[in-house]
Amino acid sequence: MIIDLQKFVASERRHWADLESLLDKLENDPGFKLSLDQLKHFHYLYERTSADLAKITTFASEPQTRRYLESLVARAYGEIHETRETPHRLAPVHWFVNTFPQTFRRHLRVFWLSVGITIVGSLFGAGAIAFDPGAKSVIMPFSHLQGDPSERVSREERTADDRLSGVKGTFSTTLMTHNTQVSILTLALGMTWGIGTIIMLFYNGVILGAVAADYLLAGQTKFLVGWLLPHGSFEIPAILIAGQAGLILGGALIGWGGRTSLGTRLRQVSRDLVTLMLGVAGLLIWAGFVEAFLSQYHEPIIPYWAKISFGAVELGLLALFLARSGRKPAQDAELGMRNEERN
Amino acid sequence: MRRIKTNTLLIKTPEGIVFSLLLAGPVTRFLAWALDLACIGALSSAVGTLLGLLGLISFDLARAIIVLACFIIQIGYGIVMEWFWRGQTIGKRLLRLRVMDAQGLRLQFSQIVIRNLLRFVDLLPAFYLVGGVACLISRRAQRLGDFAANTIVVRNPKVKEPDLDQLLAGKFNSLRQYPHLSARLRQRVSPTEARVALQALLRRDELDALARVELFEEIAGHFRSLVEFPPEANEGITEEQYVRNVVDILFRSQWPNRQEKPEAAPA
Repeated sequence: MIIDLQKFVASERRHWADLESLLDKLENDPGFKLSLDQLKHFHYLYERTSADLAKITTFASEPQTRRYLESLVARAYGEIHETRETPHRLAPVHWFVNTFPQTFRRHLRVFWLSVGITIVGSLFGAGAIAFDPGAKSVIMPFSHLQGDPSERVSREERTADDRLSGVKGTFSTTLMTHNTQVSILTLALGMTWGIGTIIMLFYNGVILGAVAADYLLAGQTKFLVGWLLPHGSFEIPAILIAGQAGLILGGALIGWGGRTSLGTRLRQVSRDLVTLMLGVAGLLIWAGFVEAFLSQYHEPIIPYWAKISFGAVELGLLALFLARSGRKPAQDAELGMRNEERN
Repeated sequence: MRRIKTNTLLIKTPEGIVFSLLLAGPVTRFLAWALDLACIGALSSAVGTLLGLLGLISFDLARAIIVLACFIIQIGYGIVMEWFWRGQTIGKRLLRLRVMDAQGLRLQFSQIVIRNLLRFVDLLPAFYLVGGVACLISRRAQRLGDFAANTIVVRNPKVKEPDLDQLLAGKFNSLRQYPHLSARLRQRVSPTEARVALQALLRRDELDALARVELFEEIAGHFRSLVEFPPEANEGITEEQYVRNVVDILFRSQWPNRQEKPEAAPA
């Protein structure tokens, strides 16, 4: 049987137009909400158009009308069957204080894995410098780190004028953008089943360990800590969290022991990845400011104890924030009860 | 069984309705990206010029803000455009492409952010080589970013309603004088055969003259083999007109108002 296409189109056209106008409203105005009656009508129109599509596919095979109906059904399908919550307003403070630390804690084991990989890299870098100082140019291909640490320290401590004068702002934003790019790449390399992320974390660890060993062996511990801690207390955790995000992505791709499909696993972690990366960007903005405006100044301009104390306070506050912020009282009570049971 | 890669994604709804989405290929997507790149360049240069005025206050401040603004434009362009235009950027809009959820659901903000952040890997080592290869291999033409975000890029060609009025109305149809044979024709012709005939008529002007005659001869011959009308029904009409009459019978069950009482001679 072939349906009378003209009659069919003439009788159904108004329903399609109704559905199309409702879809236009929903798509163009994210704040638009349907009332219960409108919602029922929308559902009715969706089902009617779906039935029309089925009819036309079976009994007419007229491609243009079918494509038109397919596009309507596809758009309406997305609206009807979507169950994930869509936030209607931005709440940056709530997100920062609650969502970000909660997400971080939800994947804490992955964060420790990220820390572990970096530590292994650091030990490797430190060992390489300790046993073969000639490897410095290979491990740290940065010109300002090639010289003797003691010479650098004495040169920097002799400098009375502000060498970053007039370029502090540019230096700061360059650091922020560069570090953010590295973090994004660390996350994105999670698509290599996490191998790329592991390499990035390991390599970061190698450089960090090599620099630390170089300065420690030269007896410049105080300078090293005063130089790295103020910005490193935010920058290093930021890269570690980016690594955490990359490893979560890699884990979702591999899907150990789970029965969910790949699509579902990726869907489950997508919001967490975005949360972690936005948090990383926030941490790196602060680190960029500190590195340009504080870290590059040493004694006698800023005493080492002041820089080290500042860095230690920052690190403590960050640790406290990530560990405690956004914790619900119920969670605390539950945790307390568990501890009592254990005791 | 090995699944064959096509440019169409079929989605089956819980109601049992199947609809198809036309997937965009790597070349179209690359062109859209080139257009977007031009937009990013133009926007960055405009913002740079405007913010350069801050140099009157402080050169360092102006340069710092320009570096930051260009970075934000570079990263945020795709995210903001795709969020506000529901899966489209300027390049995608011009080439009628749209990012969609792979299951046909509404696109989420997190999906947009992930597919845009993972561009960093797709770009490697240069000119989207990783992304392009992934797109060619993937069954749903996804680059790595799409894969992680569970998104696809579809092509939405302009959808027009069929102009059947212009095609079918207003002509005398000699085959309608034989209602029993017309009914038999409607019964024997499959929807696919009917579609072939309709498409041949809709696209008749795109054909070469010789090809057009041969095609309609073949289609008419096929319909004649299914139902044979008396010779007087075919008298004086071309093969193309015969197919037009058949399509009129297949797609319109009733006489149009103007032809309710046919008296005129065959067209």
